[in-house]
Amino acid sequence: MEKVFIAGVGQVAVGEHWEKTLSHLSTQAIRAVLRDAGSPQPEIVYIGNFLAASISHQANLGALVCAEAGLRGVEGTTVEAGEASGAAALHMGYLAIGSGMADCVVVVGVEKMTDMIGNQVDAFAVQSGDTDFEGMQGLTYNGIAGLLMQRYLDQYQTPRESFASFPITAHRNGVNNPFALYRKALDLESYQKAPMVSVPLSLYDVPSYADGAAALVLVSRKMLRDEQKAVLVSASEVATDTLALHDRADALAFEAVRISTANALEKAGLTRDCLDLFECWDAPSIYGMLSLEAGGFVERGQGWHCATLENLALNGRLPIATLGGIKAHGFAPGAAGVYQVVDAVQQLRGEAGQNQIASAQVAMTQALSGAAASVVTHILRKG
Amino acid sequence: MGENVLLKPARAVGIVGYGVYIPQYRLPAGEILRIWAGEEGGAPVKEKAVAGLDEDTITISIEAARNALARAGIDPLELRAVWVGSESHPYAVKPTSTIVAEAVGAPVHIQAADLEFACKAGTEAMVAAMGLVGSKMGEYTLAIGADTAQGKPGDALEFTAASGGAAFIIGPAENSLALIQAAYSYVTDTPDFWRRQHQVYPEHGQRFTGEPAYFKHVTAAAQTMLEQLGTTPADYAFAVFHQPNAKFPQRVAKELGFSKEQIQTGLLSPVIGNTYAGASLVGLTAVLDIAKPGDRILVVSYGSGAGSDAFDIEVTDLIEERRKKAPSTRQYIDRRVEIDYATYARYRGKIVMK
Repeated sequence: MEKVFIAGVGQVAVGEHWEKTLSHLSTQAIRAVLRDAGSPQPEIVYIGNFLAASISHQANLGALVCAEAGLRGVEGTTVEAGEASGAAALHMGYLAIGSGMADCVVVVGVEKMTDMIGNQVDAFAVQSGDTDFEGMQGLTYNGIAGLLMQRYLDQYQTPRESFASFPITAHRNGVNNPFALYRKALDLESYQKAPMVSVPLSLYDVPSYADGAAALVLVSRKMLRDEQKAVLVSASEVATDTLALHDRADALAFEAVRISTANALEKAGLTRDCLDLFECWDAPSIYGMLSLEAGGFVERGQGWHCATLENLALNGRLPIATLGGIKAHGFAPGAAGVYQVVDAVQQLRGEAGQNQIASAQVAMTQALSGAAASVVTHILRKG
Repeated sequence: MGENVLLKPARAVGIVGYGVYIPQYRLPAGEILRIWAGEEGGAPVKEKAVAGLDEDTITISIEAARNALARAGIDPLELRAVWVGSESHPYAVKPTSTIVAEAVGAPVHIQAADLEFACKAGTEAMVAAMGLVGSKMGEYTLAIGADTAQGKPGDALEFTAASGGAAFIIGPAENSLALIQAAYSYVTDTPDFWRRQHQVYPEHGQRFTGEPAYFKHVTAAAQTMLEQLGTTPADYAFAVFHQPNAKFPQRVAKELGFSKEQIQTGLLSPVIGNTYAGASLVGLTAVLDIAKPGDRILVVSYGSGAGSDAFDIEVTDLIEERRKKAPSTRQYIDRRVEIDYATYARYRGKIVMK
């Protein structure tokens, strides 16, 4: 298999871009990534997107995104895996380069949420869960996460505050990221006082939907121009679980996280200790906790002892959300998995500014769709 | 900035008289929370003013206009226009303004029309009045902003959609209790809030009503006014901004560089809600109730759809004797009868029997 390198990253600041369309966002990210990669000519564009067909009434994004970005004629298709669509698009790019079919691929994750407002947005966003058994009953993305958090609190008798490390870490790291939606630190008191969104999940436990686009340029070794900037994709692993929560024997197990993480580490030939940072799915905060447990970083039921502010900090044992994560970055679902990789690449290149993790060599990113029904894990190494 | 875009009439004009009317009923936000949110969560205002069974935009306009005429001390027969801005005119077709004109004793040879521009129809009437007087086509005009705004039960707007209004007699500067030195309007096609024909309740764009709507227009209108007049926030004793809730006007004031002290007199939404076309104008009446001669006032309205009108106003010596001639805005606010949600539902026609 050909080695796959990330030769460029590009992103649009996550926000409420009322004045921009879906293709304005994707074009902005693609222009930024091509500039960063030294203006290569891509052969394929993989578009990670979850909700355009529902919220913007727009499908067939391959043609739209390519043409608007000045890439008319180039192969372009949408990859959909719920909230993990962006990471799944990267997986497709990885397969294309790895198989030798292509030497230069653009991966762009894009989501335009503000084409629609109110309950309608939630009604479409539930599509990453089981429509017949969950969505139709009114169980939303945050609703399912709330059930899981309640189950966790009951099963392990943990205080609700033990989840605070996730948003506090994300907000603290988002302060220095100009592309993050929230650039304000969060303290424990504010976390405790926050209104409930889906009991026991509060405002600071859940991600905030927003518009965004992020992009990567993937190349084969022969197309690699700048070795210094290159980041190697050591593993790209997708795993699935049952779509509906009630079909799982153990709701807190997040099997797809376990499988995807184990496979990725095996493919990369690495152990968990080798990771300098983990861009995990930090919001809803219960998903951050369950990802650490299912991924084997901590024992089942012990996450709340280990996921402390110290351990998750930039100089901690396992830094997460190093440039704001899902929580402070803002949540553009189809783009979120690509933003995670953009952030990890910045760390590996040594371009993370004040948030730089000293001599970061290896990073893992992990995108979850629904209640971890589809999980996409990537391991990246400094090229 | 290049081209001068401020509106300044050929003949100097001002406010000759002003009047307000706020219905006595108050619905506390806690009542709405009790019914719709299980007493959890926050509310954008403390309470709102609610029109009674026998009140509507016409009666509110007439009450406010009579107060304005009392302060102006002019003969209503001297009026040459009656313009009423509202988004809750009782009739879809049939003017509010003719009823108001006849009720206050205006002559038959007047201009009369209803204006609609969401929450800025009242200030638009003011600008039109400035034009008529400023061009010397007439001496006095009556401009009114009044509403009995409707919020869908359970919707965020229900906390704030309130009833009330203010009326202004616009006339020549020499007979004015406050000079209107300039006006400026900033208008774009921005669909943040709307109600189609035959719909009972308006719809809104939720968070879209903030940044790209209210803040963009209010900020642009205020900044252009200040830049082109060469003034700074420190030049104004008072500022009044459209107040759809308590938060927006306070935030925009801070961003523009105005202090809490400058806006608190005219910030009434926390206690009466959003009186829509009346909102910024009712705020202005509260300021005129206490302002001293020489005080400068900045008023910026906002109407969804969207646009903002800004006014630079300077109080004259005539204020002292005139303001006593009609009830103050504070008196209307203090005249308070608290009602529960059920009474409110009855008064505002929310219980449909057939």
